[in-house]
Amino acid sequence: MTDDEQEIFDKLSELLQPFNEKQVELKPQTEIAVDLAIDSVSVMDFVMEVEDHFDMDIPLNVLSDTHTMKDMISVVQARKKT
Amino acid sequence: MVDLLDKNKALLDRMQRVAEAGSRVGPVNEKLLSPTRAIIDGRDTILAGTNNYMGVTFEASCIEAGQQALAEYGTGTTGSRIANGSYAIHEELEQELAGFLGMKHCIVFSTGYQANLGMMAGLAGPKDTIFLDADSHSSIYDGCTLSGAQLVRFRHNDAADLDKRLTRMGDTGGGHLVVLEGIYSMLGDRAPLADFVEVKKKHGFQLLVDEAHSFGVLGPNGCGLADEAGLMHEADFVVGTFSKSIGAIGGFGASNHPMFETVRYSSKPYMFTASPSPASVATATAAIKVLAREPDRRDRLQSNSARLFHGLRGLGLELGCNEVSPVIAVKCADEPSTLVMWNELLAAGVYVNIALPPGTPGKLCLLRCSVSAAHTEAEIDRIIELFATVVAGNQLAAASA
Repeated sequence: MTDDEQEIFDKLSELLQPFNEKQVELKPQTEIAVDLAIDSVSVMDFVMEVEDHFDMDIPLNVLSDTHTMKDMISVVQARKKT
Repeated sequence: MVDLLDKNKALLDRMQRVAEAGSRVGPVNEKLLSPTRAIIDGRDTILAGTNNYMGVTFEASCIEAGQQALAEYGTGTTGSRIANGSYAIHEELEQELAGFLGMKHCIVFSTGYQANLGMMAGLAGPKDTIFLDADSHSSIYDGCTLSGAQLVRFRHNDAADLDKRLTRMGDTGGGHLVVLEGIYSMLGDRAPLADFVEVKKKHGFQLLVDEAHSFGVLGPNGCGLADEAGLMHEADFVVGTFSKSIGAIGGFGASNHPMFETVRYSSKPYMFTASPSPASVATATAAIKVLAREPDRRDRLQSNSARLFHGLRGLGLELGCNEVSPVIAVKCADEPSTLVMWNELLAAGVYVNIALPPGTPGKLCLLRCSVSAAHTEAEIDRIIELFATVVAGNQLAAASA
């Protein structure tokens, strides 16, 4: 990971902790909903925290193609540029 | 090859846990005795979880209208209104509703769920953006997805959060639709409509209010939250259902927009499904007339709701919201204890809803009551008494454990 990706990964990990009830170890390839066994509402609540932290909108439409932490990093990077 | 239902194994586990706790979600009503009583498992049970807010399901004029429509128009319409044409009673219902709401146009859908699918998909398209409250009903989420619009979720009942997101989004080149609910189905709280209207004045979006749980219930004319807030003119679109205060099945969208009739042709959930059956249409029309001529039903619902709200709060139970509403949800500690209490309430003679994540906001486990104008004070008192025995004791034990 680049420094920028690592920084986003660390922040995402921190924001995800309140939803990570099973304390699953987070890696770039971790599938957020599947590996953490969290429901769709929790995923949307997590995304809302990400939106607020990075001051960006992440429309729900992009979530259907966003599964892993790495996917989420890419979403944040892409939307930081817009 | 993977079995398609393999992914439902977690659901199966959950269904088995519910069964092991002693019952199944959605028990069978063996016989309906009245809008507020049924025989369940051979026992006379108070119904306090059926959203029968106005208690019209056994109203003589509604039953008579339904029977007459069955005799005159038959059992079903066998197709959509676009393909098969309308029945005169479909148009009569739309006119009756438009008159009740004081709006120019009304479109009837076959269910409340489809009303939201049809309205979202009929109004918004891929170039538009829908801003929806985080606690929105599943039919709103699904309607938004069907529309293909860009979806932005804002924090529940937080007009400042919506303002922030609209500002951040700026001009997208498409339309912006904001979706609110009059009364939220799980916690019973209302949208702070005046606050949202201030944001509307600043950003100029179009506003849709889903009055599913508030139509017939709130406001001096029973039109819903927008009526209660004196802001009917600010609701560009109103959605509602016949399955709650109207006691039938179906839903509607209404508006003063001069092009609203075109939604019939831009909405697949309207075009490609059978139109509501004659008996449903006729009972809905009759029920709207009952609501219009008997405003005291709203007063009875309000006083019954206040009685249950204060009664349950008096037991020290934590409720879903701090204002009197016909939806009164009791917050419980966790899923296993909620299941046990729900079963005990049912065995003792009161049916309420059990609501569990992800169907609830904030991972809450709820015992959700819905009040009816048809509940007697004695029934309300009995519900409070049973919550005192079954729930308050259990909650206190859990708190001190």
